[in-house]
Amino acid sequence: MIGKLKATVLRNRGFTGALVLFAVLFITYQSIHPRGFSTAVLVQNSNEVVALAFVAIAQTIPVLIGGLDLSVGAVMTLTNTIASHVVTGTPMQMLLGAVLTLGAGTMFGLMNGLIVVYGRIQPIIATLATGAIAIGLALILRPSPGGDIDGDLNWAATNAVFDFAETYGFADNGNAAWIQPFVNIPVPLIILLVVALGVWLPFKRTVTCRTIYAIGSAEGAAHLSGLPIARAKIAAFTLAGFFAACGGLYLAIQTSSGNADLTQAGTYTLNSIASVVLGGTSLMGGTGGPIGSMIGAFILRIISFFFRILSIDPLLQPLIEGLVLLVAVSLGALRTFRVKNKLGLFR
Amino acid sequence: MNSSDAIVQLRGVSRYFGGVTALDNVNFSCKAGSIHGILGENGAGKSTLIKILSGVLGASEGQILNNGKQVSYRSTAEATADGIVCIFQELSLVPDLTVAENIFIDQPPRRMGMIDNRKQRQMAVELLARIKCEDVDPDAHIRELSLSRRQMIEIAKALAKNPRVLILDEATSALTSNDVETVYDLMNELRADGVACIFISHRMKEVDALCDRLSVFRNGQHIQSFDKGGLNETEIVQLMIGREITAQYPPKRSTPIGETTLSVSSLRWENSLKGVDLQVNAGEIVGLGGLDGQGHKELLLGLFGALRGMTGEITFQGGTYKPSSPAQSKRQGLALVPEDRKTEGLMLEMSIGDNILLPNYKSVSQAGVINGRLANEAIAKAIELLQIKVGSADDPVETLSGGNQQKVVIAKWLMLNPDIILLNDPTRGIDVGTKQEIYRLMRDLVEAGKSVLLYSTDYAELIGCCDRVCVMYDGRIVSELEGDTLTEEAIVAASLNIHKDDPA
Repeated sequence: MIGKLKATVLRNRGFTGALVLFAVLFITYQSIHPRGFSTAVLVQNSNEVVALAFVAIAQTIPVLIGGLDLSVGAVMTLTNTIASHVVTGTPMQMLLGAVLTLGAGTMFGLMNGLIVVYGRIQPIIATLATGAIAIGLALILRPSPGGDIDGDLNWAATNAVFDFAETYGFADNGNAAWIQPFVNIPVPLIILLVVALGVWLPFKRTVTCRTIYAIGSAEGAAHLSGLPIARAKIAAFTLAGFFAACGGLYLAIQTSSGNADLTQAGTYTLNSIASVVLGGTSLMGGTGGPIGSMIGAFILRIISFFFRILSIDPLLQPLIEGLVLLVAVSLGALRTFRVKNKLGLFR
Repeated sequence: MNSSDAIVQLRGVSRYFGGVTALDNVNFSCKAGSIHGILGENGAGKSTLIKILSGVLGASEGQILNNGKQVSYRSTAEATADGIVCIFQELSLVPDLTVAENIFIDQPPRRMGMIDNRKQRQMAVELLARIKCEDVDPDAHIRELSLSRRQMIEIAKALAKNPRVLILDEATSALTSNDVETVYDLMNELRADGVACIFISHRMKEVDALCDRLSVFRNGQHIQSFDKGGLNETEIVQLMIGREITAQYPPKRSTPIGETTLSVSSLRWENSLKGVDLQVNAGEIVGLGGLDGQGHKELLLGLFGALRGMTGEITFQGGTYKPSSPAQSKRQGLALVPEDRKTEGLMLEMSIGDNILLPNYKSVSQAGVINGRLANEAIAKAIELLQIKVGSADDPVETLSGGNQQKVVIAKWLMLNPDIILLNDPTRGIDVGTKQEIYRLMRDLVEAGKSVLLYSTDYAELIGCCDRVCVMYDGRIVSELEGDTLTEEAIVAASLNIHKDDPA
């Protein structure tokens, strides 16, 4: 049993490392925070991480096939502006609006996939172009920030379970006995986990997902094994579009508005790549997974939280983030010392 | 053979790659419930044949019949669905997936549309038991396994597809002797179940022990098929050779051999080199013979410092030599003309001149700055020495013909004036005229007291060019041929590891 656990940990070194790093950072942060381990701090932190976590998950799947999706931040921004128009009105209309938003992001991802597979264009350049298109569309939809998303929805989705129940008046306005163990859990965290696990875990048990890993690990072997390579690549980008849209939708609900922010889109894309690497997914593809990237996003955010409570000059933030990233990536590069045929390093 | 009991049949199948004929009007059939061995030299068409059968390549001409029905597979998946499964030489396993996932990679057991991991694991355990690999953890990643274990997983993966025709392409080459026994038993079992096994092996003993019927291929043609015991080993070797010599070779050594340049003893690396002993003297062209994948490539790369973790003793020019990197080997006076000139030898988009200068910048630089005049002189000298036919030295090297490209690779190393030059199949795919120039050049080098170590897949070339030929088999040098013993029969026999008391 212990041997099995050890083997599992060793096989997921990157993920385990990320988890340990996150746990250390999280506990340290909460311990030195004046109001550490309180619901208010947890809720605030969760709100700040959800959008990035979704975008990081989105980025992971194209990375697994050995590609890179430079449009995830832009798709998030585009869907954010879409949501700011359609997630409004009656609950039914809002639900429909949310579905429409997610659908738009998914279609955008599908388009990326089709371009990469049938246009035979490298993912990095294809998505650089489509990313610019997404930003362009976002600017048409929201030339200036604005939008009117339901205040109740905003309040309910960005606070603890108790507030959610109180807003919508169920479970005795959040006072029912059965809901008590959960009242302090932040709703954004629940949304993130339910969507991420709810989509990824079933998907992981499909041949398409297996093919995604196989392509990143050894595309030739995947081809010889008769796996559906084109389908898997398209699925990877489509899912990336879906998860990026989840980020955009959440951001719209969180800010009650839409904003075609060019800088923000770029920052999210770059941070998503950093999160993927921190979470133990190899940029060469084949190993890792979106749950790791989610942890990677947590790590990246928690570093910035430290700046606030330690009153470090925020101008130092990029410097320190860069150093943390460099150290984490260097650990991942240790494997190259095990390569016996040096020509193998160049393939 | 009656065509009605043939499970797969090829009728007049040809395959061309550009202008090269890899398979030439081949008629071939294989019976259910039999083990069919295929023999041939490098480039005889064996690999092309199985690639066509298993759907990797299409046939340019001719018909393929499976169970009497005409088929044409566009992918391995289609061939697999039709019961034809191939165990490939270059492994088709995905290193980052687990053993169980790899075995059932494209057809996993499902429940409600989703992969049933528990069932998959259990089925993998059963299959692993069948191939006597109970020690392998079905949850282990392929990356963690040794090469011989991976090869066994490859076999398990093929079995999982319930083949009616199983093709084994050198599938036993990486296995331990225990595993080889297991595979033999398995093949006998499959034969009893009515499966047809097509077996390609370089081990004559295996073929003899296992196969019911043998087919010999040569130059893309199917020469003859016969039942086991129909022909003896000498006759089989004769069938495999039988071709005319097309190139002219320069006269052999006229100067006496000099001192030992390079001496290697018990060189080992991973699974590829299993104790190589070799000596190369000044003024001598030493050939490396044998079939593909017996460790030649690794030997040359290792000597040039591209492999890590190699053990053994090497002396070079009288001193101990420990290859650590190509840069260091270059400084010591070695040069390597690699196997694939397009990816390892040249920067195709760069100019001819720049390619020639690549290893030589030091000699044309002053105080760390390239001296244009020296550089141009060096380039002109190299082009003249090798008579490379160029319009301008500034043209990209990819505009040259294959033969002239290869000359550029050789030129860039000769400019360094190395003491020994290692060549990995330098004449592959180039025209006869250029070949002869390269032979002449090698001879001139050794006359000037240098050494040449030449690996070639062309046996005629080894015989024509080399003063001495060392034949490699399974990571070792099994035979050294020189003078009158250097015949094609002797090389073929040695490369199949047939020991003959009397070299015919």
